[in-house]
Amino acid sequence: MSFMEVTAFLWEGFQISLLIFAVTLICGVPLGLPIAFCSMSKFKPLKALSKIIVWIVRGVPLMLQIFIIYYVPGLLFQKPLFSQVDRYFFINYGVADAGRITAVLIAFTINYACYFSEIYRGGIESISKGQYEAGYVLGLTKGQIFYKIVLKQVIQRIVPPMSNEIITLIKDTALANCIVVCEIIKQANELAATKALVWPLFYTGVFYLLFVGLLTIVLGRAEKKLSYFRS
Amino acid sequence: MPVLEVKNIKKSFGKTKVLKDVSFSLEKGQVLVIIGSSGSGKTTLLRCLNFLETPDEGQILVNSKTLFTPGQKYTDEQIRENRLHFGLVFQNFNLFPQYNVLQNVLLAPTLLKKGTPEQLQQQGKDLLERVGLSDKLESYPYQLSGGQQQRVAIARALAMQPEVLCFDEPTSALDPELTGEVLRVIKGLKSADSTMVVVTHEMEFARSVADVVIYMADGVIEEMGTPEQVFDNPQSEKTKAFLHGAQSF
Ligand SMILES: Nc1ncnc2c1ncn2[C@@H]1O[C@H](COP(=O)(O)OP(=O)(O)O)[C@@H](O)[C@H]1O
Ligand SMILES: [Mg+2]
Repeated sequence: MSFMEVTAFLWEGFQISLLIFAVTLICGVPLGLPIAFCSMSKFKPLKALSKIIVWIVRGVPLMLQIFIIYYVPGLLFQKPLFSQVDRYFFINYGVADAGRITAVLIAFTINYACYFSEIYRGGIESISKGQYEAGYVLGLTKGQIFYKIVLKQVIQRIVPPMSNEIITLIKDTALANCIVVCEIIKQANELAATKALVWPLFYTGVFYLLFVGLLTIVLGRAEKKLSYFRS
Repeated sequence: MPVLEVKNIKKSFGKTKVLKDVSFSLEKGQVLVIIGSSGSGKTTLLRCLNFLETPDEGQILVNSKTLFTPGQKYTDEQIRENRLHFGLVFQNFNLFPQYNVLQNVLLAPTLLKKGTPEQLQQQGKDLLERVGLSDKLESYPYQLSGGQQQRVAIARALAMQPEVLCFDEPTSALDPELTGEVLRVIKGLKSADSTMVVVTHEMEFARSVADVVIYMADGVIEEMGTPEQVFDNPQSEKTKAFLHGAQSF
């Protein structure tokens, strides 16, 4: 196989890595918010519930969570729940008929939403009481205080930890391998097994490095843009 | 007719009785200075006036309108409206770091639609001129000295045109060389229609600005009177001891 052919073959896999990355961010970033608010809720049962969920999700390996989401519906309902979804959305992505990709996307989204929620919570709780009180004595409503005073300070504080998570995420997508989703490392393994080519496996690192480099630049810009004030 | 009437306010935190039956009233245009040692309940009293704390007992009236009376449930909206009668300048400024000086002053009046954008803009600039910060409109709080930050905080409070403006030790977070500029600004606000309650440890300033002085000790008003009465001719032994201690620094 020529270098170009290998590159094209790996690129197919990396598109799946990017798909997992994008869906996890698009769904996980907003989903983290209600989880964060629940874990700060004054209503004890809700707070306890969300803390337990976060504890489990952060306490169990992501690979195991992928297995659970993939296999448990099959065990319960005698048929894979997500294969329809797979066929509908991801028919172009190789082994798309067994609900694998959907299972991976669900597991990643839940997992990362929980991590994000903890970052949000930390950011919100780090804002001093004085900021809220300054808003209150000016006669502002709770909503105005959150959106006009607190939010931007929270965003400034969470951008660095969020950047770390986002960079970890692209590398974590390799875990989809465990239920035979054809992400880039799976593709490279395929070449090792069928064509006795080992070097493409190492070559995958270049894809990750380039993408992480791009992320670093974009996230660094965001951080810089928000550094016009100090809180 | 008094602007502010505080009647028999009591407030406890758990078992600690912080305010034990505090009453006073204030006429329009008067400046009340509250002095007293740390822990005597001065901050708690100002926080009750601004509805950051809820008194356990007592009443708060502004222009004869009862804002607070215990036993009644107040909605968030009612509490918010009550707060509009008062302003509070904090010890540590609490400016909004992501907004520049003018934006800090304009935020609340703009959100609460106190006027057209042009009116508010003009009013904000006028206020900042009054506190001597016309050349800092576009600066961010972190670029200012403590004294400048506190003057922004004063302008921000004034922008909502509160009937009673409260100051909680406005200079105690400042380096000594910066207290003067802030005290001068506060003194400059004294006028026929600005009613103020100032908690301070600056005795010279207190004497020169106050119409009424309250000395608080252990959650009660130990002594109340004109500056001459309280500073030159204190009746209570506690007041004498406190003033003596304050002088010896
Ligand atoms: N939120 C609170 N919870 C418990 N105790 C408090 C709280 N706020 C103030 N106190 C206590 O009330 C007393 C008076 O405090 P404060 O009003 O801040 O006094 P001052 O401003 O005169 O120094 C202190 O003993 C303080 O520890
Ligand atoms: Mg105090």
